Amino acid sequence: MSLELVGRTQAPDTDSPLAIHGLTVSYGEKPAVFSVDVVFLPAQMTAIVGPNGAGKSTLLKAALGIIRPLSGQVSSYGRPLGEMRARIAYVPQRASVDWDFPARVLDVVMMGLYRDVGLLRRIKGHHRARAMACLERVGMEGFAHRQIGQLSGGQQQRVFLARALAQEADLYLLDEPFAGVDAATEKAIIGVLHGLRAEGKTVIAVHHDLATVTDYFDRVFLINTTAIAEGPVADVFTPDYLQAAYGGRLALAQMGGAAAG
Amino acid sequence: MLSLSPLLIGIAAAVACALPGNFLLLRRQALIGDAISHVVLPGIVAGFLLTGMVATLPMMLGAAAAALVSVALIETIRRLGRIEPGAAMGVVFTAMFAAGVLLLEQSAASGVHLDVQHALYGNLESLIWLDGYGWGALADPAALSTLPPELLRMGAVLLCVLLFIAVLWRPLALATFDEGFARSMGLNTGLLGLALVAMAALSAVAAFDAVGSIIVIAMFICPPASARLMTDRLGRQVAWSVLFATFSAVLGYSLAGYGPIWLGFANAVSAAGMIATVSGLILGLAALFGPCRHRRSGAMSG
Repeated sequence: MSLELVGRTQAPDTDSPLAIHGLTVSYGEKPAVFSVDVVFLPAQMTAIVGPNGAGKSTLLKAALGIIRPLSGQVSSYGRPLGEMRARIAYVPQRASVDWDFPARVLDVVMMGLYRDVGLLRRIKGHHRARAMACLERVGMEGFAHRQIGQLSGGQQQRVFLARALAQEADLYLLDEPFAGVDAATEKAIIGVLHGLRAEGKTVIAVHHDLATVTDYFDRVFLINTTAIAEGPVADVFTPDYLQAAYGGRLALAQMGGAAAG
Repeated sequence: MLSLSPLLIGIAAAVACALPGNFLLLRRQALIGDAISHVVLPGIVAGFLLTGMVATLPMMLGAAAAALVSVALIETIRRLGRIEPGAAMGVVFTAMFAAGVLLLEQSAASGVHLDVQHALYGNLESLIWLDGYGWGALADPAALSTLPPELLRMGAVLLCVLLFIAVLWRPLALATFDEGFARSMGLNTGLLGLALVAMAALSAVAAFDAVGSIIVIAMFICPPASARLMTDRLGRQVAWSVLFATFSAVLGYSLAGYGPIWLGFANAVSAAGMIATVSGLILGLAALFGPCRHRRSGAMSG
């Protein structure tokens, strides 16, 4: 499969919040992500789109070092990603954790402050205030002392987003932030993400709902194990590229807002 | 005063196992305590065979080595075989236990005092402090020097475990709740998990030597599981588990020593067995009446 980077700008890696080169990840014999090169642009909202099993989540996890890639380099703001973790926030898939864990909503948001409080530093009033402000931003301030197991799926997703906000990062990586959430939560989350973009932050999200790509995002990165295309929504979110990514498994009707070909 | 020493050893062993048990339980690795108490057998036998005597130090070292070998084997099988940790543990701990029995039977060790009774129940009752005749003995250096070495060893292990949990509390909580997020912040969760299991192994081996494997198995699971049913906050859960472990040790030891006599029987029963029984009863009561027994219901999702 050929790699095309549509509308590729000349931005050097030094400006990119996330630049991936030659990334290959394998769980078994077949690679889940194969030799992916992609340079994400700053202050943009980019959707990572592709069929199930295309390696979208794997790409994020490998870029962050959560799983070990077979090969490849990942840099952030011109440095190896490992040195730039303080500028990166990550929202994992909601279903990846056990919500019966004994913690309150505020405890989870405070986890986003780990970098500031470290092992033993005392948690002070301003730390708690910062966590509360993040909860307010996602409309969950009334739930701070609620046990996390009592939340609905949408509320859990908002708590995860609040934890990422508490990290006060420049780059936000989200893994399926709209999966299984109610309409009100989806609206709240997209409001927060657009707010981040307005502040000049970069948002990269694995996204599965093709119908909302055009409304929500500025750019699209199409992937199906290998990189298919990256560029502005209008240039990349087209039937031709989608067919290339989905391998003909996609009915035209499913493309929703995709520009007519 | 005679009973002070075994009582303290019992409490220290119970708490040292219950503390890491909290995190193992939440990580769905609770049975690792059970596994450790089985896998140390070949190490203990090997320690005996190499030195030719039933001395504590070589047996402790052998047990620790066997525990570490098992942890490495479990991780290796899990990663190479790509199977769930429970299955890897099952394979390793039965194989190690079988190897221990084989080693025991095929060697001269079977002729000496290395029997199943000792392995299961330990010898808590025999760890009395013979010079401890009164409270004055606590200030008497000569009397203090005759304290059973198990007490100091178990106390030192408890201190290690306490320090480990206190210092690494935040990363442990973070990595236990959300490993992916912890790794995205640069935490080495693999090393942290290994350190937790190594701490559990240390507690298990020390407790195994002093009080037998019954207490180890019970204390890794019963107090933390009971505590989880009492609260929805991690800090309080750990505090409850320490309380339950201490209570089990005190009540179990007393009941074993005096209970049968009150009931008109001539002999006391095993203290280790009774401590484990009390912890099991506490779990039963917590399961029936604990305030946080709720599990998330399907109706809440969406």
